[in-house]
Amino acid sequence: MGYNIGIRLIDEFLAKSNVSRCVDFKETAEMIAKVGFKMFLGVTASVMNWDADGTCCSIVLEDNPLVDFVELPDTCQGLYYCNILSGVIRGALEMVAMKTEVTWIRDMLRGDDAYELQVKLLKQVPEEYPYKDDE
Amino acid sequence: MAAIYSLYIINKSGGLIFYKDYGSKGRMDTNDSLRVASLWHSMHAISQQLSPTTGCSGIELLEADTFDLHCFQSLTGTKFFVVCEPGTQHMEALLKVVYELYTDYVLKNPFYEMEMPIRCELFDINLTQAVQKDRVVLLGR
Repeated sequence: MGYNIGIRLIDEFLAKSNVSRCVDFKETAEMIAKVGFKMFLGVTASVMNWDADGTCCSIVLEDNPLVDFVELPDTCQGLYYCNILSGVIRGALEMVAMKTEVTWIRDMLRGDDAYELQVKLLKQVPEEYPYKDDE
Repeated sequence: MAAIYSLYIINKSGGLIFYKDYGSKGRMDTNDSLRVASLWHSMHAISQQLSPTTGCSGIELLEADTFDLHCFQSLTGTKFFVVCEPGTQHMEALLKVVYELYTDYVLKNPFYEMEMPIRCELFDINLTQAVQKDRVVLLGR
């Protein structure tokens, strides 16, 4: 579900925020956390825990409006209620040529102290035009 | 004196998803417009390869004797281009407005399938309004 939202959301984000192409993945992550979350959820997130190659980071949300008034019942204790957000980010980044994997590390609904999403860049897939396939 | 002759929107793979003509000249039937759109998509791609500098994002403006063609490509690969009278100003701004209308009325329409031809009434209505407003501003100068 989140993936389908993400593929459409990215165009709206680009149209409304007027940002130019990001130079590297770090900038992309900052954009998502500062501009994207602010635009669509009204909260700012912070980016931390960059790994050595700069392809994996965590986005930490202090406050998550999706879970206001939400409590997980006993029958759903294993549920990732906010997983839609990981689909949205994955879908949006796929439309701008980046294959990523997004998972929840910490989730307040399951007892942690904050919301932490891990975004990992798997690969960049720029548009390739098949000019050379007759060789 | 219509300043804009026609507007095209092409999806990522080069297929025409929207075509609207405004002028009385240069009207095309569906097949021709599809052909022209794919041609433009290929030319746009080739121009990126031809560019002597890296990081070229394709053709933005084509000036000919009797018309200008302004093209805007979003970072997601969707192209918006408008064929207009030579010397028409502010077409980039108009293309940006069309992009915003696209995100608001086409992408948010739950019945719209991605990459398919656009058949959204609200988009048509708002687009006509935007073009009209642009025309009024131009005539007023």
